[in-house]
Amino acid sequence: MLSRTLRPKASTLPCIPFRGQIPSSPGHRFRAHVANIEDIPTEEDKPFSVPIPEDSFQTYNFSPPPYSVETTKKQLKRLYHDMTMVRRMEMAADNLYKDRKIRGFCHLSIGQEAVAVGIEHGITRDDKLITAYRSHGFTLMRGGTVKSIIGELLGRQDGISFGKGGSMHMFCKSFFGGNGIVGASVPLGAGIAFAQQYNENRNVTINLFGDGAANQGQVHEAFNMAKLWDLPVIFGVENNKYGMGTSAERASAMTDYYKRGQYIPGLRVNGMDVLAVLSAIKHGKEYVQAGNGPLLYEYATYRFAGHSMSDPGTAYRSREELKAERANDPLSTFRDKLTNWGVFTEDQAKEIDRSVRETINGEVAEAENSPEPELKADVLFQDVYVRGSEPNQRRGRTIDETYYRG
Amino acid sequence: MASPRLFRPAARLLSSRLSARPAFPQAACTPSLLRFRRYATANGTKDVTVRDALNEALAEELESNQKTFILGEEVAQYNGAYKVTRGLLDRFGPKRVIDTPITEAGFCGLAVGAALAGLHPICEFMTFNFAMQAIDQIINSAAKTHYMSGGIQPCNITFRGPNGFAAGVAAQHSQDYSAWYGSIPGLKVVAPWSAEDAKGLLKAAIRDPNPVCVLENELLYGQAFPMSEAAQKDDFVLPIGKAKIERPGKDLTIVSLSRCVGQSLTAAAELKQKYGVDAEVINLRSVKPLDVETIIQSLKKTGRLMCVESGFPMFGVSSEILALSMEYGFDYLTAPAVRVTGAEVPTPYALGLENMSFPQESTIVGQAAKLLRL
Repeated sequence: MLSRTLRPKASTLPCIPFRGQIPSSPGHRFRAHVANIEDIPTEEDKPFSVPIPEDSFQTYNFSPPPYSVETTKKQLKRLYHDMTMVRRMEMAADNLYKDRKIRGFCHLSIGQEAVAVGIEHGITRDDKLITAYRSHGFTLMRGGTVKSIIGELLGRQDGISFGKGGSMHMFCKSFFGGNGIVGASVPLGAGIAFAQQYNENRNVTINLFGDGAANQGQVHEAFNMAKLWDLPVIFGVENNKYGMGTSAERASAMTDYYKRGQYIPGLRVNGMDVLAVLSAIKHGKEYVQAGNGPLLYEYATYRFAGHSMSDPGTAYRSREELKAERANDPLSTFRDKLTNWGVFTEDQAKEIDRSVRETINGEVAEAENSPEPELKADVLFQDVYVRGSEPNQRRGRTIDETYYRG
Repeated sequence: MASPRLFRPAARLLSSRLSARPAFPQAACTPSLLRFRRYATANGTKDVTVRDALNEALAEELESNQKTFILGEEVAQYNGAYKVTRGLLDRFGPKRVIDTPITEAGFCGLAVGAALAGLHPICEFMTFNFAMQAIDQIINSAAKTHYMSGGIQPCNITFRGPNGFAAGVAAQHSQDYSAWYGSIPGLKVVAPWSAEDAKGLLKAAIRDPNPVCVLENELLYGQAFPMSEAAQKDDFVLPIGKAKIERPGKDLTIVSLSRCVGQSLTAAAELKQKYGVDAEVINLRSVKPLDVETIIQSLKKTGRLMCVESGFPMFGVSSEILALSMEYGFDYLTAPAVRVTGAEVPTPYALGLENMSFPQESTIVGQAAKLLRL
């Protein structure tokens, strides 16, 4: 029903009819498509429709999103720009880690950029988002700067959490982290949606977790309450096929994650196609805003890097698989699509790449040059409690290091 | 444990099929203060049970702050497993008094999420024993997020419910978690004993911008305590982190919390009567932050320290206080500090064995006499 109302008029779009549900198999992957479109406007701001391949969605008790999305040349370029930013930032983090400048955890989302970017372009800054530990891309899209994110990874004072959170704990307006406990962020996201409902505002919460977390008990507890109380939340499994080194098939009795809400309508989206993600989120947001209760999305994506920096990502998957997935690279396929459509020329794309590289290099250098947190008790003990409500004294390592308030 | 559904108001039964109810039904607008049976005395104090004091605190805070709501198992229609939330559904409606499914990790996480998003939830656990299912959310999600975010993401939430010793319920339903929560930076932990404690500390917990655990005790719910005129007012709040000297004395400092405060006071009276000894009894009220100053001041005065609590002995509240007494008051101690705690066994069911595993008044008196070489 809803998808029909959202579908653009036939005259503006070479309409691809919905051909019913595509049978799913655990191994089903989406193929990269480059469809031609005609009559691209010359103006940057003039809206037009672009098609979304028909195998981009699989539904569960839910109508599919429209197989086209209304956009502008400007937005398409922006999508490409944003994905390149995330990719380049992650690559910078990769290098910094290998230079031993980043400590501890560092989970990269190279290969999964279309999810973070597509979602951000389908929601507003008043919608809330919470995710698990692979959070750099989302932090950037939610408004964090490259300098503040890289600064945080480097443990600097100018980091987004002032050097106290690190890779997995970044927060900004309408973004609730960055959570390090697998599965625990899902009830939190339901609670954020609960607050939206309580405050009677019409925004939605995007609640993301991985295919590994999908088997946690509390995820299903959150599903239950969200449906029971019709919370405005879109749960989203970022299925990159591996929970650490355990493939989805080896961890889940049923790998159709979008069906695992049982009583919650679901949708599997090609998470390697930023436009499919964008269309799906817009569609889902409309459904949730209408008071229909939660949705469960599955973004079928792939992680090109290892689970974390200590994982080369080769012990549990074959080189052939990796190579095949690389053909679906969300960034290069999108770039091909845009050049084919005539949204930008090869040279213009290179220009975007160059300017992104320049921005990232500049901000990374700034982050590297920014100071580390001051090594004093005032900084160490600050923000354990809300300022003004701190205990009078807190103990350091020894009695002499006891920290007195004020 | 939970009493049968005797207390369910008739009004609730009549309206139970109505899905929409006004937030403030006329009939329920009577201030909760007037709805409880109390016995006034000449100086304005009244006897109030801990249960009613908690109920009053909840009602007052729900009334004054629209961001506050309470959720938990059986808090609404059932009126609370221990009737602490009696009448709140009728008064504030289902938007603010919310029955949850039996999913501690889920609803606790949901409450923490709501707090991160700016609300001030009160999350009731039917008992803190069940909060073990959700302790990850309390510690990793609630207590640590403010620090991890560098101070940009506060979490104003109150976790409350009965904790510690309960009679005849065996091992899984009578554990004391004071030490568990008391050890976590980012949390505040209070443990009320009297009705004034209960009201003042719960209100303070709800108003505090940090996550606070309110560790109540089931056996105290029905106990009545005199409540001063000041404490009966709706602006009564106790400071978190301040202990109270319940009984001044000069010979021995007894530091205690929650239900053991009452036992310690009885023991102190017996010590006076039997041996003529004046024991000072300190009611900690707050486990975290701990009022080190009051304890050490008292220790300096008496020279002897005894801790009484019902937690497991190892790595517990009294272990901490004994360590502090050594760090801050070693030179003032005239005898080694001692502790009376729960025994190092899972709580047994049979009455005699149960008595052996928790501090009794006689245990306290005996240990004090030994300490004082009486």
